[in-house]
Amino acid sequence: MITLESLTKRYGDATVVDAVSMTIERNTITVIVGTSGSGKSTLLRMINRLVEPSSGRVLIEGKDTRGEPAHLLRRRIGYAIQGHGLFPHRTVAENIATVPHLLDWPDERIKPRVEELLRAFELDPAAYADKYPHQLSGGQQQRVGVARALAAGPSLLLMDEPFGALDPIIRAKAQDDLLAIQRRFGTTIVLVTHDMDEAFRLGARVAVMSQGRLLQYDRPAALLTHPADPLVARMTGSADRALRLLSLTTVGDLLGAGGAAAPPAPGTPVIGSHLSLRDALSELLWSGADRAQVIGPDGAPLGTLTLAAIRAHGKAD
Amino acid sequence: MPRAATLLRLAALLLLAAFLWQPARFAPLFAPLTQYGAPAIYDQGNLLQLTLAHLSTVCLAAIASALVAVGLGILVTRERGREFLPLARALVNVGQTFPPVAVLAIAVPLVGFGEAPTLIALFAYGLLPIFENTMVGLQGCSRELLEAASGMGMDARQRLLRVELPMALPLILEGIRLSLVINIGTATIGSTVAARGLGEVIIAGLLSNNTAFIMQGGLVTGLMAILLYDAVGLLERRLCRSAHVH
Repeated sequence: MITLESLTKRYGDATVVDAVSMTIERNTITVIVGTSGSGKSTLLRMINRLVEPSSGRVLIEGKDTRGEPAHLLRRRIGYAIQGHGLFPHRTVAENIATVPHLLDWPDERIKPRVEELLRAFELDPAAYADKYPHQLSGGQQQRVGVARALAAGPSLLLMDEPFGALDPIIRAKAQDDLLAIQRRFGTTIVLVTHDMDEAFRLGARVAVMSQGRLLQYDRPAALLTHPADPLVARMTGSADRALRLLSLTTVGDLLGAGGAAAPPAPGTPVIGSHLSLRDALSELLWSGADRAQVIGPDGAPLGTLTLAAIRAHGKAD
Repeated sequence: MPRAATLLRLAALLLLAAFLWQPARFAPLFAPLTQYGAPAIYDQGNLLQLTLAHLSTVCLAAIASALVAVGLGILVTRERGREFLPLARALVNVGQTFPPVAVLAIAVPLVGFGEAPTLIALFAYGLLPIFENTMVGLQGCSRELLEAASGMGMDARQRLLRVELPMALPLILEGIRLSLVINIGTATIGSTVAARGLGEVIIAGLLSNNTAFIMQGGLVTGLMAILLYDAVGLLERRLCRSAHVH
């Protein structure tokens, strides 16, 4: 658990981050979202002390981060940035091994770790370990950047606009990969983005910042249904907030909560339980049906989803 | 490097080696340049030894220039050393603009005749290209890259040794290469203050009006400059195959 206690950063007269306090849950993805100049990157960098706070403090598992030299603290915290920041004069394997080397791991421990990570990011070690960063595609470079940040198995990973340089299709894939990686390693992730869609897609909790202040810090659904500030409502988008709300729940979640269980009628469309309600709605509108049969990942029928159930879920309460 | 060029350089190297090993055999080639039966090949000293002395003076000076210039370049690109930038710049600029002959004239009364004043003149003359290239190379490291290095837990020293210097290495080597080549030629003036080197051959030629001597000294110096330039270039490509890409 990470606790930020009225963290403030001033440069001369300008207050970039203004008394931000928040608690970041262990083993989840927390997203800090805001427009450029909102202070979100500065806030993130104060966690690993790339920026030293003017006042306030950061506690990781109850311990003040100023209790040890900054560079030693940073070796325990993964850090991935936009445009990956890979070292062009080092191979992929050497890049990934950066922090293990700094921690003086023996070679026989580094090599298997590098290969494990390459495989976890769908890069064949035999083909990619000895390549140089410029020989990779943008998406591959980004994956190596994240693999490098995770190399020494940090329990906390900070990411500053990690997908900012990717095109939309690769970006969606990278976001899915990050969710999978987070589940696999159980890492606590704090991610900064300016993209509200990305925040909603990845964040278990989302912090909305503007002009150095933390406007609201809550679950994504609560940001939509109970915005604490008119600016939050504007940033989360009032035009499509119903659809955004639907996108936060999967069909499986709704059925599990006792959504509907009518017997399947012949000719109804079939949808997977992993789809979001937003996608399910789109599917229903497209096929012109008012109900769909839901099947689980194993293909077993789970029940029936009705248009009315989706409609009820997308309504402001 | 294309094949033909490689062969040409190899031929130049062989020719130079053969001439220095057995200069007497080349006498018929140089004989037409002499008058009144003067010797066609320099006979007041061993050409091979003079060449080696010349080379060692230049290399010694280059090593000293590189150490000081790279050190200065590192200093002025650090946060704490930034204020020294104007001073360091002025220093190396003076080294470059002050003619080496003038440096010799000043140095001789201080350190006497021989090797030492030449070393001082070459050292001062060779600082500028190395210093400027080191600085540009170190400043060329993107902020993003330095931030990534710090973010992963490198301290200032590790960042310099593992990221900044390797990234700047191609440019630093380029500076050393330039300074070496300039000084191979410049070192010939050392013979005016009794340093051993190929300048001796040229000066002997000038004094006795022997064009053959002048040609020998000049050709050996020139060939050496070209070959050294290529050799360092080769080394550079070997060392920084990957860092050359941007």
